Amino acid sequence: MKYFPLVWANLRRHKLRTILTILSVTAALFLFASLRTVVTTLGAASKFGSARRIVVTNSTGIVFPLPMAYANQLRTIPGVQGVTWANWFGGRYGDGKRFFANFAVDGPSYLELYPEVTVPADQRQAWLQDRTGALVGVRLLDVFGWRVGQNVTLQGTIFPGDWTFTIRGVYTPTSAQFQDDALLFHHELFDERIGRAGIVGWYVLSIDDPNRAAQIGKTIDDRFRNSSSPTKTGTEQAFNASFATMWGNVRLLMGTIGLAVVFAILLVTANAMMMSARERIGEVAVLKTIGFSDRALFGLIIAEAGVIALTGAILGLGGAKVLYRATNFNGLGFLPGFNVTASTLLLGASVAIVLMLASGLVPALRAARLPVVQALRHVE
Amino acid sequence: MALIEIRDVYKSFQREEQKIDVFTGLTLDIPAGSFTALMGPSGSGKSTLLNLIAGLDRPTSGTVRVADAEVSSMTSGQLAGWRARHVGFVFQSFNLLPVLTAYQNVELPLLLAPLSKKQRDERVRLALGVVGLDDRLDHYPRQLSGGQEQRVAIARAIVADPTVILLDEPTGQLDAKSSQEVLTLLRRLNDEFKKTIIIVTHDAHAAERATTTLHLEKGELVEATRRAAVAGSAR
Repeated sequence: MKYFPLVWANLRRHKLRTILTILSVTAALFLFASLRTVVTTLGAASKFGSARRIVVTNSTGIVFPLPMAYANQLRTIPGVQGVTWANWFGGRYGDGKRFFANFAVDGPSYLELYPEVTVPADQRQAWLQDRTGALVGVRLLDVFGWRVGQNVTLQGTIFPGDWTFTIRGVYTPTSAQFQDDALLFHHELFDERIGRAGIVGWYVLSIDDPNRAAQIGKTIDDRFRNSSSPTKTGTEQAFNASFATMWGNVRLLMGTIGLAVVFAILLVTANAMMMSARERIGEVAVLKTIGFSDRALFGLIIAEAGVIALTGAILGLGGAKVLYRATNFNGLGFLPGFNVTASTLLLGASVAIVLMLASGLVPALRAARLPVVQALRHVE
Repeated sequence: MALIEIRDVYKSFQREEQKIDVFTGLTLDIPAGSFTALMGPSGSGKSTLLNLIAGLDRPTSGTVRVADAEVSSMTSGQLAGWRARHVGFVFQSFNLLPVLTAYQNVELPLLLAPLSKKQRDERVRLALGVVGLDDRLDHYPRQLSGGQEQRVAIARAIVADPTVILLDEPTGQLDAKSSQEVLTLLRRLNDEFKKTIIIVTHDAHAAERATTTLHLEKGELVEATRRAAVAGSAR
């Protein structure tokens, strides 16, 4: 601790350079935390889903609908306790710059199967009773300044026309991974507006025993195998994971970018540290003459690198944690539950330690090994 | 009783293909409490001798003993610790750390000693008082004159109460007035505090303040002018 004034004085020698070096470490670790959080959020989203829910889609692909008539048949499958359905609507609000998901759902059964969606009792009732009513995620109120009772109009992209809904309720999800910025409206209205086509995007079923999910899924798929719309049934987790994989190999991409950024910053920091140490060869010689050991000088330079890396880590990692929490960031709805986790902070701290060692090691070793008489020639 | 015993020291440097012999069997004793000036032309080995005594450099062969410790056989780590306890070194160009105040510069050697902050503070103030700069504690080197910088450097050299104070051309960059102040201070350190002082200088006036002047030429001791008890021999 008694050496700290010396470390501090050296850091203040070129204040601008020290500040810029700290900022570069800050930027690197902020990016690292951000990119890794994208990966962890997608990972968590792909694992989200109740084990008691399975999803039935068209075997050709999710963009192909299923007949609404399947609902009654699905209810008769042994092990199935409840059935609900939904359609991706793809409506656009205003200038469309702020994307949010909107679905046509079967209101009563949907709320029954999704206890994660909590709605005040009076609003729930109001929505269920209004055919043109909408249930919106709590975030959308903040984003657009909406209020309950207000009319909002979506422009249909897949299903053309202006679709006006009255906000009857606001839901708050109990899970961070569940979208809090979706708009739900009644499938009945949807079906009517598109000419009673009798189609749904997918079915969600609740089952009595999670261990029987595969068996129940096989029974369903066998039942519709020879129909005009064969099905593909899987767990809700697998269904969610299929969306995550639509992003491609995000983990590899983000990981590679993250490492490249950290490596680039490492070079910048190492260069700054080496430049700083090179400028002080004479002073190192003086300290050695006074009696500072090689080990003490090694420690002093590593400590300087440590202060830079630690400050950068606190600002970068702490900044990411605080900023994303304060702004309630969710990647425009694509990254629900975006939160810099403790494991990311820990990994970031490890990166900072590696950064400290890697950037400080070479100049510290040079200073420690510097022959004092040779170094004194820089002085005299 | 000799404080510093140099016995049959050989020292050579390799410069590219050429081997340069600085000392070829130098033997020399410097008694405790003496004030010795080392004089001689450039390349005569004055600074090399100072470096050998300070343990900054090693002889090619022979021994250097200071206060019964064989400096020439110590490891690098042992030498660092030994220097911290026994050597105060003053350079021609002061070599204060520009980012530290006068107080912090003088405190540096004490950071290596097992002293409390209060003990360090007392010693730093005492040392700066001895050199007459106790009113410049918080000044940075750039805020001091050359003479004041050198006095701070001397305070740094004496603050840990070393066995020997070594000065390499301490007045080389000072004007006449500042040089006199520094030399008077050194004389006082020798007279009042009985410090053993070795000063390398080209300045005859500076050498006159010493009790003994040793003349080196091509690595050999050619003359010893004694004003006090000093034993020396040259081969």
